[in-house]
Amino acid sequence: MNILITNGRLIDQAGERLASVRISDGIIIEIGDQLAPDADNSGAEHLIDAAGLVISPGFVDLHVHLREPGREEAETIETGSRGAALGGFTAVVAMPNTDPTQDSVGVVEFVRQQGKRAGLCDVYPSGSITMGRKGEQLTPFAELANAGVRLFTDDGNGVQDPQLMRRAYEYASDLGVTMAQHCEVESLTAGAVMHEGSCCSHLGLPGWPSLAEELMVHRDIELVRLTGASAHFLHLSTAGSVGLVRAAKADGLPVTAEATPHHISLTDELLASYSALYKVNPPLRTIEDVMAVREGLRDGTIDAIATDHAPHVSETKEMPLDQAPPGMLGLETAFGVALAHLDMPLADVVAAMSWKPAAIAGIADRHGRPIALGEPANLVVIDPGEAWEVVPAALASKSRNTPFIGVPLTGRVKHTILHGDITVRDGKAQK
Amino acid sequence: MSRSLLSITELGETGLRRMLDTSDHMAEVNRRPNPKVPALRGKTVCNVFFEDSTRTRLSFETAAKRLSADTMNFSVSQSSLNKGESLRDTVETIAAMGVDAFVIRHGSSGAPWQIGEWTSISVINAGDGWHAHPTQALLDMYTVRTALNRPISVDGGSFDGLRVAMVGDIKHSRVARSTTEAFKLLGANVTWVSPKTLLPPVHDESVVANLDEVIEDVDVLYLLRMQNERMSEALVPHLREYTARFGLTPERAARIGRHVLVMHPGPMNRGVEMAVDPGELPGSVINQQVTNGINVRMAVLFELLGSGSENSLTGNTES
Amino acid sequence: MNTPSDVGKQVLGPDDVRRAITRMAHEIIERNRGTADLALVGIQTGGVWVVEALAAEMLRIEAAENCGANPIVVGSVDASLYRDDIGMRPVSPGSVSDLTFTVEGVTVVLVDDVLYTGRTVRAAIDAIGDYGRPKAVQLAAIVDRGHRELPIRPDFVGKNLPTSAEESVSVTPNGVTITQGTDT
Repeated sequence: MNILITNGRLIDQAGERLASVRISDGIIIEIGDQLAPDADNSGAEHLIDAAGLVISPGFVDLHVHLREPGREEAETIETGSRGAALGGFTAVVAMPNTDPTQDSVGVVEFVRQQGKRAGLCDVYPSGSITMGRKGEQLTPFAELANAGVRLFTDDGNGVQDPQLMRRAYEYASDLGVTMAQHCEVESLTAGAVMHEGSCCSHLGLPGWPSLAEELMVHRDIELVRLTGASAHFLHLSTAGSVGLVRAAKADGLPVTAEATPHHISLTDELLASYSALYKVNPPLRTIEDVMAVREGLRDGTIDAIATDHAPHVSETKEMPLDQAPPGMLGLETAFGVALAHLDMPLADVVAAMSWKPAAIAGIADRHGRPIALGEPANLVVIDPGEAWEVVPAALASKSRNTPFIGVPLTGRVKHTILHGDITVRDGKAQK
Repeated sequence: MSRSLLSITELGETGLRRMLDTSDHMAEVNRRPNPKVPALRGKTVCNVFFEDSTRTRLSFETAAKRLSADTMNFSVSQSSLNKGESLRDTVETIAAMGVDAFVIRHGSSGAPWQIGEWTSISVINAGDGWHAHPTQALLDMYTVRTALNRPISVDGGSFDGLRVAMVGDIKHSRVARSTTEAFKLLGANVTWVSPKTLLPPVHDESVVANLDEVIEDVDVLYLLRMQNERMSEALVPHLREYTARFGLTPERAARIGRHVLVMHPGPMNRGVEMAVDPGELPGSVINQQVTNGINVRMAVLFELLGSGSENSLTGNTES
Repeated sequence: MNTPSDVGKQVLGPDDVRRAITRMAHEIIERNRGTADLALVGIQTGGVWVVEALAAEMLRIEAAENCGANPIVVGSVDASLYRDDIGMRPVSPGSVSDLTFTVEGVTVVLVDDVLYTGRTVRAAIDAIGDYGRPKAVQLAAIVDRGHRELPIRPDFVGKNLPTSAEESVSVTPNGVTITQGTDT
């Protein structure tokens, strides 16, 4: 496919400039400020007018639950990939809490192949740290690394046993892979439904203390200090966690962190509705925590925005709060929510959604690349000013568990280009 | 829009006072030779109990029948819930049978609010999780008001100066939350008597950690039920120790004044929080609480189902 | 700003009301041959003051005629739990019923200030029945404004007052007033 994107505002690691971009066979072949449609080959070249729009490297989501294999009624890799493309993502890291778990080369390969087959987004499977995510026995890190896995996590759960986690960091440090921790000391969160604070006290809901997250963030920072391995902290939600990671980075430790769009936009007070749409793990916190997470993103303590896209069929969310599963959709609303709630230059928001997560995912050779000659054409064209609302029926996800329906958002993905093919055009998925 | 009773918070002070007034009418009905009125003929009240509570269900059922409403009972054991039917499906199924009010008891906080979102039928919260039990709070207020002969009504009156000690497991208690709120709305001073393990994580109530500190300075001693499973969660080391610090023992019973009202939401754990025979306490109003439960639940049903308008605070009807 | 309809039109003055009560008291005594086994029961809330006024007058008459009299048995009944329009409009109990005497075998004179559709009286008769079986129930009202919707007829009336359904009538010891607009 040949594509000409004209007169866009380019944002990448090199900075900002106005230019047109010509793409052929998946590669950027020409960049200039006065590119005209190819006269010899008119009609075969797809034209995208990007006047007033931003062209950036495609977004990378470090944290999605695509539910396949195992819970295809909530999402499949195809529907999740379509949602990703609509959200401007060209690459996603699939969390391992599938059934069966992504703890073997077979399952990991299956996920990757399903992603290829859908062809809407590059799907990079993560591997679990422990077999079956049971927290007992390490998975074959080297085998999985050879199969392309760069990020290991038991997400959905943290690895509870400090000794086992120490071994994981030690073993991983030789392999160039990253341990990504879901920080939750489970004995402090048994039965917990929402953030522990005045809201939970009043609502009579079991509380989820900030300490449960911060204790494990602290533990893993110290394990990184001890072992020299690198760690990535998933979905930070508390002011204390942000402070711990900030201090660890100041100490020069190889740690990175992400935050979700909902943890920078929603607070625990929303649980007063008793709607399970607001039940997430980690829970929505206080406004002070939200402000601290935003500040963490602003000052770079938190590297990336990651959605924790967690589809659930509506029946399971129509249960009492303590019985409903945690999680909300994220892929299709991430950019609009992030832009609305972050007091940051657009380029920094794009960085936190593109090349910074690409580096953490170990895929910086293909995604989050500069927009330059010879580079792979994984791009997104966005309108940072467009106001829009989520229409449930227009969601590509199989599930509908998002609280952002009817909420005015600003900033919308117009076109997504994956390997030189248009996957989303004018906000519509192309397959 | 249906009218519901979900919490004391939503009922508010005026609503609370009004319910007490209406309860007087129901108490008068219940004193008659034939304690039944035709007020809610043709209405159907469905008790939907996702958690067993024979006494609360019987109280609501009696209240509905004394108002001539038809009653249906739907009990859902926790095991059948796990068969995969969502709460919403269950509720919509019953609603489709044609009922006018749901009386909901649920082990999960907030379930009545969720149900209220899914149906236009009146919802009465008969206790949700740790959260709220508004009819218990109403019957407690009615009991205290009657026992102390305090003229509290929509026209005025208050519990100003009344010293209430609420003793025991506050954290897991919907009764503590609702009844404390109701007492405070009416002007009483409430002290929680509880170890920190049994308190909500964040609150702004005054707390003492030993019953002896307040036993001689209260007008109402409200004992909460202490559940055995709290021990296995390491919230209290041993029930014996709980009784020693927080139970109403014969020694403590001898120290309370004769005017002090002793209350308990039931069912009592004899020998734990109630280590004396409540029948021997001159100020025990525990049986009155049960009796008044029917009065206030009749009032709630009548206020919710017997009025055709949101604004039922307007005056008399002459025709 | 008050319009004439807000102020209302006074059709009976305080003296008229007093005279009506006196006449009704005589009629009740005459019909029942005294006040033994008789009870005046006011319908909450408008009938309560009328019962008090009637009872005081009857006591005065009996005392004057017989050189001493027994107290008049009085009570009140709240009919709101017996109404037939429950659920159709705002309804709330007025004041609590006060029937501390035994209804069984007694002639109950139901008393209200205004008799209109008869529905409240119907409800009150049902309410009385739940306290026992009276020997008879009679009905007294200071004003009968017509528009009956049930086969109910007063035994003792102070004043027949033709009105339209668009008017409302208020009765106090200070007089009877007709106001435009239905009360709800």
